[in-house]
Amino acid sequence: MKKILMTGNEAIAEGAIQAGCGFYSGYPITPQNELIGYFAKHMPEKGRIFIQAESELAAINMVFGASAAGARAMTSSSSPGISLKQEGISYIAAAELPAVIVNVMRAGPGLGNIWPAQSDYFQATRSGGHGDYHCIVLAPASVQESYDIMFLAFDLADKYRNPVMILSDGILGQMMEPLVVSGELLVASRKNKRPINQLTTHQLTKPWALTGCKGRKPNIAKSFYLKEGDLEKFNLRLQGKYKNIQDKETRYEGLFLEDAKIIVVAYGTMARIAKSVVNKLREQGKKIGLIRPVTLWPFPKKIFQRLAVSDKLLVFLVIEMSYGQMLEDVQLAVNGKAPVEFLGRSGGGVPTEEEIIKKLQAISFKL
Amino acid sequence: MKKIFSHPKSLRNISTHYCSGCGHGIAHRLIAEVVDELGIRERVIGICPVGCAVVAYDYWDFDCSEAAHGRGLAVATAIKRVRPENIVFTYQGDGDLAAIGTNETIHAANRGENLTVIFINNAVYGMTGGQMAPTTLLGQKTATTPEGRTSLMQGWPLKISEMLAMLPGVKYVERASLDSPGGIIKSKKAIKQAFENQINKVGFSLVELLSACPTYWNMPANQSLEWIKNSMIKEFPLGKIK
Repeated sequence: MKKILMTGNEAIAEGAIQAGCGFYSGYPITPQNELIGYFAKHMPEKGRIFIQAESELAAINMVFGASAAGARAMTSSSSPGISLKQEGISYIAAAELPAVIVNVMRAGPGLGNIWPAQSDYFQATRSGGHGDYHCIVLAPASVQESYDIMFLAFDLADKYRNPVMILSDGILGQMMEPLVVSGELLVASRKNKRPINQLTTHQLTKPWALTGCKGRKPNIAKSFYLKEGDLEKFNLRLQGKYKNIQDKETRYEGLFLEDAKIIVVAYGTMARIAKSVVNKLREQGKKIGLIRPVTLWPFPKKIFQRLAVSDKLLVFLVIEMSYGQMLEDVQLAVNGKAPVEFLGRSGGGVPTEEEIIKKLQAISFKL
Repeated sequence: MKKIFSHPKSLRNISTHYCSGCGHGIAHRLIAEVVDELGIRERVIGICPVGCAVVAYDYWDFDCSEAAHGRGLAVATAIKRVRPENIVFTYQGDGDLAAIGTNETIHAANRGENLTVIFINNAVYGMTGGQMAPTTLLGQKTATTPEGRTSLMQGWPLKISEMLAMLPGVKYVERASLDSPGGIIKSKKAIKQAFENQINKVGFSLVELLSACPTYWNMPANQSLEWIKNSMIKEFPLGKIK
């Protein structure tokens, strides 16, 4: 166990390498360049594969190939680059290949700017490409969690043969915090705990992988179902898998929920700022709590459903670095049973502690 | 009695969906014969395209992957890097390799990936209904050039094999034609060379095959073969380019 100072981007890369990522391909884009740089430096020295691709399209399709060949494979980018990868992510989901995609979000739309944002929530959670599919979407909120969550990401990708997206952002990616590199899994279930560096490409048993058809029938990696009825049958099976993931894999962090009158809802960087406000107001005796979704898809609906009908709760306040994207998931979960307020900025602006407190005062006044 | 000819093991004994006179069936069989002759059926991984040959994996009897339109060489690059002992090839049409996938094609070639590319040039988009391809000849009528391709409006037929041959990472480029028994024998020889190069770790090898599409050339199969001879070969001369 050692403690080091690292950026969130580097922590993601280190976590991925420790989790047995055997293949990385990416294309430069700010603010995630520390990530690609870290892989370029450390993958070859560990006998893993690093390729700087000619485009985001090439990068995600290389991940398709590497995963089909049995490697733990990932790519990373930031918002405009993630848009470019959507076709490939749809193919990966449809071919049921495990893969990890990191989005260090910046502000959009268009070229936008390189400041942090959380405005790719819809794209990440609603299947950003064509067709009825889902990525499992994980949102770390610290440098430590950026590292830890990579173990969970690769495990979930392999377990469900499904793409997993990490939603980080420009602040989380760039900021430095102390990181304990130990393989200790803070987010993953204890069952999944294993010594680090054990899961390399060739130790994984993936009977479906393309390895050459020696001693078995040929394997095919594909997403094409032309015959009448075949695609519908396949889609129903995918939907069954998604239902199973929704039942088993929702994760959130809850703070002071049982007696809270106001519950703030935020994820990633925004949750850090919100948490600090919640802690300060608690010290002043205010009945305030926090829900920080860790899985954005599947969304942790149940906790909202339960709290929405409790006698103590008066209101939810959703705070995002967007103009209200996760807000819709909260509203769907709450289903009109409790008021849902919203505070959001985007385009590089981040709601401050002062703005949050002001908003809370306005809400209290209304109550 | 010694058996001197049989159905290739690498080709399933089923009928294909291809139109009569189409070159895909011949190209599939040549690849299967070469894979058998080199004894690599259990090591080979084929990358199938989007287009008429999208279900080539139903015909070949070895491991295959699909690739999104144009991305064959990105997928192939990764598979070969992860599994260098396997023999990885792409099978791509002109629209796939030389229009939507030009970027992936050029950069895989320029990285000198040790891969084999079988490039089917039939001067037209077949599966979508006969639209102009990057390799469509000047004057050729297609669904999207109803008056014939003109250099003024659509530019010239793209000679991507010659372009790729300029790159230091590219070790072997040959153009052959599926228009005649002689052409088919030469095509097979070129395909075999391209696979042998990969086995011997020579580097990026590409074989372009001129192939008929009677349906979207709007002519009978026999005339299509004549059209390859009389028109296509003039624009796309045969032989070893590199």
